[in-house]
Amino acid sequence: MSDPDETVDVAIVGGGPAGLAAATELRRHGVARVLVLEREAEAGGIPRHCGHYPFGMREFHRLLRGPDYAARLVRRAEAAGAVIRTGTTVTGLGPDGRLSVCDDRGTATVTARAVLLATGVRETSRAARLIGGEKPGGILPTGALQGLVYLNHQKPFDRPVIIGSELVAFSALLTCRHAGIRPVAIIEAGDRATARWPVPLLARFLGIPFLARTRLEAIHGTRRVEGIDLAGATGERSLQADGVIVTGQFRPEASLLREGGLRIDPATGGPEVDGWGRLSDPAYFAAGNLLRGVETAGWSWAEGRRAASAIAAHLRGDLPEGDRSAPIALDHAALKFAMPQILPMAPAEGRGLAPFLQIRLATPARGRLCLWQGDRIIAYRRLNHRPEQRILMPLPTIDPNAPPPRLTIEPS
Amino acid sequence: MAGARTYDVAVIGGGVVGCALARRFTLDGARVVLLEKAADVLDGASKGNSAILHTGFDAPEGSLELQCIREGYAEYLDIHARLNLPLIRSGAMVLAWTPEELAQLPDLIAQAHLNGITDVESLTAADILRQEPALAANVLGGFRIPGESLIDPWSAAHAYLRQALDNGAMLIRQAEVLGGRRVGDLWEMETSAGTVHAALVINAAGLWGDEVDRRMTGESWFAIKPRKGQFVVYDKPAAALAGHILLPVPNKITKGVVVCRTAFGNLLVGPTAEEQEDRIHATMDRAALEALRKRGEEILPALRDHEITAIYAGLRPATEEKEYRIRADRAEGYITVGGIRSTGLSAALGIAAHVARLAGRADQPLAGPVWPRMPALSDEAQRDWRAPRNGGVICHCERVTRREIEAALSGPMAAGSMGGLKRRTRVTMGRCQGFYCSAELARLTEGRLPEPMLAGNAHDE
Ligand SMILES: Cc1cc2nc3c(=O)[nH]c(=O)nc-3n(C[C@H](O)[C@H](O)[C@H](O)COP(=O)(O)OP(=O)(O)OC[C@H]3O[C@@H](n4cnc5c(N)ncnc54)[C@H](O)[C@@H]3O)c2cc1C
Ligand SMILES: Cc1cc2nc3c(=O)[nH]c(=O)nc-3n(C[C@H](O)[C@H](O)[C@H](O)COP(=O)(O)OP(=O)(O)OC[C@H]3O[C@@H](n4cnc5c(N)ncnc54)[C@H](O)[C@@H]3O)c2cc1C
Repeated sequence: MSDPDETVDVAIVGGGPAGLAAATELRRHGVARVLVLEREAEAGGIPRHCGHYPFGMREFHRLLRGPDYAARLVRRAEAAGAVIRTGTTVTGLGPDGRLSVCDDRGTATVTARAVLLATGVRETSRAARLIGGEKPGGILPTGALQGLVYLNHQKPFDRPVIIGSELVAFSALLTCRHAGIRPVAIIEAGDRATARWPVPLLARFLGIPFLARTRLEAIHGTRRVEGIDLAGATGERSLQADGVIVTGQFRPEASLLREGGLRIDPATGGPEVDGWGRLSDPAYFAAGNLLRGVETAGWSWAEGRRAASAIAAHLRGDLPEGDRSAPIALDHAALKFAMPQILPMAPAEGRGLAPFLQIRLATPARGRLCLWQGDRIIAYRRLNHRPEQRILMPLPTIDPNAPPPRLTIEPS
Repeated sequence: MAGARTYDVAVIGGGVVGCALARRFTLDGARVVLLEKAADVLDGASKGNSAILHTGFDAPEGSLELQCIREGYAEYLDIHARLNLPLIRSGAMVLAWTPEELAQLPDLIAQAHLNGITDVESLTAADILRQEPALAANVLGGFRIPGESLIDPWSAAHAYLRQALDNGAMLIRQAEVLGGRRVGDLWEMETSAGTVHAALVINAAGLWGDEVDRRMTGESWFAIKPRKGQFVVYDKPAAALAGHILLPVPNKITKGVVVCRTAFGNLLVGPTAEEQEDRIHATMDRAALEALRKRGEEILPALRDHEITAIYAGLRPATEEKEYRIRADRAEGYITVGGIRSTGLSAALGIAAHVARLAGRADQPLAGPVWPRMPALSDEAQRDWRAPRNGGVICHCERVTRREIEAALSGPMAAGSMGGLKRRTRVTMGRCQGFYCSAELARLTEGRLPEPMLAGNAHDE
């Protein structure tokens, strides 16, 4: 329970892999009062309801199911001396690390010398995708499906369709298999699966048709889903189904940032951060999926650890202050985002958010990925990638006196 | 549920109009029963609308509709605070985007004056842009109607019904009226929940008004012509883009596409106006939704950077004519309240007062009736999550607490369906659409909804 006014060294918003990793690491750096604020009844984040493999290779050097993995992260953070407060929602981000929170007792304030935001992502809803039809029961994002299946042991439907073929569709398939649900088809608007091998492979193994170049136009049913309309390269058709699993197209859970006046990068939908993971208000840092949409748990965990190092340095007064340079401009239609958006002017020397720039594409592209300042290329790499594939580039430093950085794709 | 019960007044249909009727006749002293065929009230036309409390500035001159809107508007202003219902006095602007539209403005202003709305104010493009800086700069002119306001479409109707129930009325859900006959001074009604007797029957069956007339009297003097309206709803940060309700210059069929905030702090764009035969399915289609998004972005260019969090469609119970179809047969104890097309939310209290006068009953009005207070859903400052012992937040996007959900699942007006629970509390109606809270919600509602949660996001806006 929160006292009406509480002060800590570091407050962490969100107790998923990123937040818990950071909490553990901050304690190892000798930071005294580390408080994790988690709105759910239990910490652990999304893995809590992923009753499937694979989790934990990077963190525990073994293959774990999500809930076991989450429980281990919690134990580790607690053993390290971090305080995890569940059932506590952060409702506002104020200047100078002043957080508004609410819990069963009402509202309170937590003030921290530094705040780490690790609130994760959610999937793009049916509404945001403008899928027509009616609004019967049985339309679920993967997150909700997993909660119902793994936490409640419910079977929300028998013959759903799965929309999308990112890695999370693989989770949806595993979850269905676990619950004895037999999907009718997987539907993908692109010309092949986004998660290139696992989704089509598992679908084939399970005997589930994979329909590429197909778009879900409408969902029909009065009480529950009865059928769907599809539009594809070969025309329109209908399928019978009693549910729809709307997967992927993850969006950072960033509404608090918007209300708190922290700068958001429209490209990632997450915060605009510098090479240390700092936001436009330097009391705030970010790590994990909030930064850019979905990655694996291990990746988010590693980001949490590195963010902790940056925060520890910040508390010691060891981080460079001063003006933020201009964010990287994306100068090609195929580029979806580049993060961190603000490049450092001097090497981060192991205290940075990551030693690399993370890049994603909106559409498949090949050629040379070039980072420019004016007419000078300061970094480049070969490119032959598809959307949602991880693209990394060693984190360059920029010249504060040269024009702002610009990312392009050049023919190779 | 079965067995013969006798009431002074039976209201058929738990839409906003039926709820207001139940309240009016109860407060006037009658023993009232409300019969609703669905598992919960507000499952028909009243499920999805724009939630504007209209002044009547553009209603047909001299019409019954205008009279009911004006009377309903005045009564809402009178009672909303006692019932703890929201009223956002945003005002509206009618905006002209073409020279033709600009030329129509003087007539519309004159119409408003004729309708008794005399505080309208003509605006130049510069005036408009000063007050609404996010608006596209190609607006040519317009006028302001200060009285147009925003309310919560569901808690208003729920409050009317709640006040009726708290003062002795009876609600029977899953009670479809199948037929009826006059036996002596009473109607004997066959419903799917048994026989009900009443001296006066009021048909407020919305989209089924003509059908219920036929079932009760063997004929109908109007035909329902459902007119669909689709909407897109933007996430809360978009609400800062529009202070006023932004109205287009109307044409003959429709008020046109509106952009306005909602009482819950979102921004909506809609509705379309599409004639159809189907009275049940309000089917949305991608092309129409995309057109709405495009229109929204033309009006507020910054919408491009905002996220759509909900889509919905509603059906207006329109008829061959614009005018409300209200007719009383006092000798037979039967009143039809039909064709409450597109202003029923604003007019409901006025319609109820008008119908009470038509009925001409001589009941003794209740002395000191109970005034229930509705849960604050729209005023963030008073929301339950801020209060002690709220049980914790269950739906994070809309910050709905365990205590709010528990309250909505109990009492004389407990939610009858997942849709009803959503309308009472807003659970799962936010941006994540159940990504986080579905499992917890399924546990909380297990065995407590006559029509259980189908593990879905059948949310109705
Ligand atoms: C369906 C699905 C299946 C997946 N399967 C795998 C897999 O098999 N293997 C793998 O490696 N990865 C998998 N992932 C990815 C993995 O779950 C994520 O990468 C990881 O959970 C990200 O960690 P995070 O800490 O950034 O965010 P999250 O795990 O999302 O944690 C964020 C936490 O913040 C809390 N929070 C948010 N807002 C607030 C607030 N305002 N106040 C308080 N708390 C708040 C949330 O409740 C949540 O607990 C899967 C993801 C999904 C969606
Ligand atoms: C797109 C749209 C936008 C709108 N915007 C606004 C606005 O901004 N402001 C405004 O004031 N108004 C607006 N309206 C209009 C308003 O929503 C309607 O006028 C109002 O909801 C009509 O209510 P009703 O009670 O007459 O009908 P309904 O809500 O349809 O209620 C009738 C009820 O009767 C029940 N029923 C039917 N048959 C039987 C039977 N045989 N036995 C028992 N029960 C039965 C139904 O289940 C239903 O619940 C809008 C409407 C739409 C569709």
